[in-house]
Amino acid sequence: MFDLDRWQEIFQALSKNKLRTALSGFTIAFAILLFTLLFGIGNGLKNTFAKQFAGDSQNSVYIRSGNTTKPYKGLQSGRKIQFRNDDSRFINEEFEDEIQFFSPNVERFNVLAVYKGEQNRYQVRGVYPDYQPLESAVIEQGRFLSYLDLEKKAKVLAIGRLVEKDLFGDFSALDKNINLDGVSYRVIGVFSDPGGDGDERFIYTPFSTAQGMYRDNDELDRFGLTYNPKLTVDQSLVFTKLLTKLLKEKHNVDPRDQGAIRVQNYAEGTKNVQQFMGVLTVIILFIGIGTLIAGIIGISNIMVYIVKERTKELGIRKALGATPSSIVGMIMLESVFVTAISGYAGLLLGTSILKFIGPTLEEYFILNPSVETYVVVGATITLIIAGTIAGYLPAKRAARIKPIDALNDK
Amino acid sequence: MIEFKKLHKSYPIGKKDSLHVLKGLDLKINEGEFVSIMGSSGSGKSTLLNIVGLLDTHDEGEYILNGQKIEKLDEKKAAILRNKFLGFVFQSFNLIGYKTALENVALPLYYKGIGRKERQETALSYLDKVGLKDWAKHLPNELSGGQKQRVAIARALVANPKVVLADEPTGALDSTTTDNVMDLLKDINDEGMTVFVITHEEEVAEQTDRIVRLKDGVIISDEITATGKLKGKYV
Repeated sequence: MFDLDRWQEIFQALSKNKLRTALSGFTIAFAILLFTLLFGIGNGLKNTFAKQFAGDSQNSVYIRSGNTTKPYKGLQSGRKIQFRNDDSRFINEEFEDEIQFFSPNVERFNVLAVYKGEQNRYQVRGVYPDYQPLESAVIEQGRFLSYLDLEKKAKVLAIGRLVEKDLFGDFSALDKNINLDGVSYRVIGVFSDPGGDGDERFIYTPFSTAQGMYRDNDELDRFGLTYNPKLTVDQSLVFTKLLTKLLKEKHNVDPRDQGAIRVQNYAEGTKNVQQFMGVLTVIILFIGIGTLIAGIIGISNIMVYIVKERTKELGIRKALGATPSSIVGMIMLESVFVTAISGYAGLLLGTSILKFIGPTLEEYFILNPSVETYVVVGATITLIIAGTIAGYLPAKRAARIKPIDALNDK
Repeated sequence: MIEFKKLHKSYPIGKKDSLHVLKGLDLKINEGEFVSIMGSSGSGKSTLLNIVGLLDTHDEGEYILNGQKIEKLDEKKAAILRNKFLGFVFQSFNLIGYKTALENVALPLYYKGIGRKERQETALSYLDKVGLKDWAKHLPNELSGGQKQRVAIARALVANPKVVLADEPTGALDSTTTDNVMDLLKDINDEGMTVFVITHEEEVAEQTDRIVRLKDGVIISDEITATGKLKGKYV
């Protein structure tokens, strides 16, 4: 196979038959190019979806309260349901196994934050340390709130990356003091959040601190929790249904009342997104395989044509002493060589086009379109194997033809 | 050199019938002979050439080439024997179009496994022998019919075979070039090469030493020509 003479024969046959070489090379290069582009764009779509839904933990549940919409047990409609600290205890005790992370939440909107000359308004949330994994927040500097902070009602803050940028510019906010509504707090951590800009303009403070500051007694606004990841999506839906039922009973709310207590389980949305991603993956695979099959058929046709065209030449070679295996070997080596080179060219072209047009596709919901190298290399190898098999069958037949028949083929 | 004993060959026609082409030929050709096989189309002369050239197999009887009985040949063995013992010259030249005259001549040496440099030198010396040294770098379509056939003859000789088989070597040529090609074959024969020509032209056959006439698959005559008698090879 690594016989120099043999390769010289092949190079000569390829370079002296430029149209033939170009035709088969183009088929392969084009198939790989299309494969790379379609696969890359499909992956870009997938990336967009993955990013859109990366904001919060995918097993999160949020519980909010509102006003009753139905009278119940002698109570009138329009009554405001208020969560309190004993609801926290109640939920934790009832669902100890189902809950992974849990945090009650006190919210305050449009809080004026001042640092030296800079000021801006932000949403302040009083939370438990468990809230960090709930929001998928990532600590960039310092640390998140701790249970010690909670116990001591410490006046400390974990601020979003963009809050730091607004108030401190390029300087670190760590250990600086921010003034919120006239009270001074120390920054103990800066976080980033894959959920996007909105989530990076939050200010977190210990739940106890916020409750003492903004509420009269043990009132709170909402709960956030993540359920045990061992639960399936359907099991989690059973869990949230039961949670809703118990909370409604506890607060004397009509079971059919949709406004007073609202439990939002992200699992349902997650399920839909996952299904959609699954469908998208199947479509991408289908397109990829389709392109490959088109390429395989293309190269097979060309190989059949090439062997047909060369029947006479092969007959001459046989009359001069070429063995059948040397004929088959020659045709297949040519085929593999052309396929490998042009497949590589298609791959290079495809990935550079993706790199070049990638940024302009973002507005069409295609993010970072790219193909894993092993996928394209695998596709090229598939085409090489297909080209080899496609070349092998007619070559084998050509090698079996009696040279005299091949020579009479005018 | 070449010997047939009761050689039979038939081709199947459809599912049941078969065409009996060669009906028990007996023939012996010695080393250094210049023999022509004559016959009209359908006489079986092309079939005979194919069998002699190991391009086809016989059904019954014996074929002995260079002292070796030819039987149960697979394609690979046939290819090796062709390369070693036989040189072909065809009516339609059968040169490879994208190779130069020199490369065409060198091809049998490639299949013999001879190194590139030696191939080129040997091929060039044979081109020189047929008077086409200056045309070595030309492609076949830049050569005249006679030149092409001379390239083909150089190619048939280059691997130093035992027999040169020529199938209607002058069929595509005019009378002047026919004479040139026949002179060349005669020269080769004079140097001791066995030459086996198939033709239907009397003028061509008369220039050989021995004419074997075929009709309907049997030999109807086998005679020494005037040229042959002059040489005194046959006593």
